[in-house]
Amino acid sequence: MNYTAIIIFCALFGFITVMGFVAARWRRGDLDHLHEWGLGGRRFGTVVTWFLLGGDLYTAYTFIAVPALISGAGALGFFALPYTIFIYPLLFLLFPRLWAVSHKRNYITAADFVQGRFGNRWLALAIAVTGIIATMPYIALQLVGLEVVIGAMGVQTEGFAGHLPLTIAFVILAVFTYNSGLRAPALIAMVKDVLIWITVIAMVIVIPQQLGGYEALFASIPVDKVILATPPEGSLGLYSGYVTLALGSAFALFLYPHSITGILSAKSAEAVQKNAIFLPAYSFLLGLLALTGFMAVYAGVRDMPEYADGFAASGNNFAVPALILHSFPDWFAGVAFAAIGIGGLVPAAIMSIAAANLYTRNIHAPFINPNMTPKQEATNAKIVSLVVKVGALVFIIGLQPEYAITLQLLGGIWMSQTVPAVILGLFTRWLNPVALFVGWAAGIILGTWMVSTNGFNSGIYAFDAGLFTVPGYAALYAITVNLALTYGLTPIFNRMAWTRGSDETQPSDYLYGRGKAAAMPDPAITTALE
Amino acid sequence: MNGETKDRSAQKRGDRRWRILLLLPFLGLLWAPFYNRVEPSFFGLPFFYWYQFLWVFLTPALTWLVYRKTD
Repeated sequence: MNYTAIIIFCALFGFITVMGFVAARWRRGDLDHLHEWGLGGRRFGTVVTWFLLGGDLYTAYTFIAVPALISGAGALGFFALPYTIFIYPLLFLLFPRLWAVSHKRNYITAADFVQGRFGNRWLALAIAVTGIIATMPYIALQLVGLEVVIGAMGVQTEGFAGHLPLTIAFVILAVFTYNSGLRAPALIAMVKDVLIWITVIAMVIVIPQQLGGYEALFASIPVDKVILATPPEGSLGLYSGYVTLALGSAFALFLYPHSITGILSAKSAEAVQKNAIFLPAYSFLLGLLALTGFMAVYAGVRDMPEYADGFAASGNNFAVPALILHSFPDWFAGVAFAAIGIGGLVPAAIMSIAAANLYTRNIHAPFINPNMTPKQEATNAKIVSLVVKVGALVFIIGLQPEYAITLQLLGGIWMSQTVPAVILGLFTRWLNPVALFVGWAAGIILGTWMVSTNGFNSGIYAFDAGLFTVPGYAALYAITVNLALTYGLTPIFNRMAWTRGSDETQPSDYLYGRGKAAAMPDPAITTALE
Repeated sequence: MNGETKDRSAQKRGDRRWRILLLLPFLGLLWAPFYNRVEPSFFGLPFFYWYQFLWVFLTPALTWLVYRKTD
């Protein structure tokens, strides 16, 4: 056991636990209202939103899995960089509209918006269920990340007693989330981000020096790992695989419930737009961290006997923890592992809040109890956030982590099938809700089938376009079919009045400006603009 | 008065066209064969990596420009 690292790790965990409880008093609001508990009262400015979304999108699992993928598959794993570049023009152009209409109509989830816009509770249910099911394995993966670093400190993670540290960490998380809502991860995200920045900067400066520079590092890696392998005759090979993974993932990311929760908790559309400018700083960080995957290969940590147990338990996911142990003194390993561990709790908290909001607003209210008071609504969400976390914990302890990875892979594909209803719905009401539902269902089935042809191991489907093969991310193929059906069926369904649903939103609801006008649109101005 | 309103709305429409700049990151990164090469390397970093890192800086710069020019 690495006692120095464990003491530092526990001290930092203790610190954020206290913060999690103090957070309830921060920018105080009545936590008996769902928008206060579940969205922090929509009061976060540009800076807090930056920390919150940074902690939310760049998760502990990302920081473990991306270098792990690179240490195994090479350049293909770097798709995370173009992916996290593409998301920001999308955030800048599309999501201020969602923020504006949600602010105006008190929408808390994407499914709330779909319900209001299309007036079809089954379509809203489809959006809500997709979000919840895609989020659950994502929470479980945060636990995988946490368990990897606990194991790296020499703590036995096998058996019932072995899961105890993980369980304790999760109980702490569950209690402060219940108590403080979104304010807790928002406050803790600031500590987590400072720790992560310190860790990554230390890694990319210190380790290459120990190893003899980037030149020597890349010279040691085979060329078909340094860059994408040249595709075989008659196929676009990794070329199309790489860019479709980046593009498809980018479309899915901001539709995830935890991303929407982060965006809607901002106090203005301006804060959302400014974050599209400043958040790429984290992409830079992620890119640097991705390169540590090569460093792990070059340093040869995999063949060192002291790390054999770790690799046997966690596979490539142990590459970064092993590299940290190999390159740094124990006390710094404690800081780095705490950064990764806390980096898992922040998104896990936000994800569980987001899933709880969805269940409460879009399943419980319309289908089980339509007459909830605001206090009942908030209490319901708090309890569901506990259930969701217990579910994720049982999942990891009871089942193999591989199932969570497969479900997470499918989750991204499922999530992207909500693009037509949520994103296109921001710009047009011509689309028919029944057509959207059919498109969504077809996209989910097709995407799942494509992944099943790979034995559920890869999201890349080798599409045979006659003369040559285009291997591409199944999410993009599925969404193409989804869009074709939505657009093809809309004119047909629109002839049947009963399928058209209703629309409670006004064109002016979607407008956003800057400064004071952003928070409270002047009716005179918005009417003039229409 | 009337002319002023017209100028203002014409300017607004013109401004929105700046958003086209946000297509550039997609154009720059969607054709992988273009940047899938080792040379020219930069401080030991293969072209594949530093070219994509370059877009991490270019994209927010473009977004900032669009932010200033629109609305």
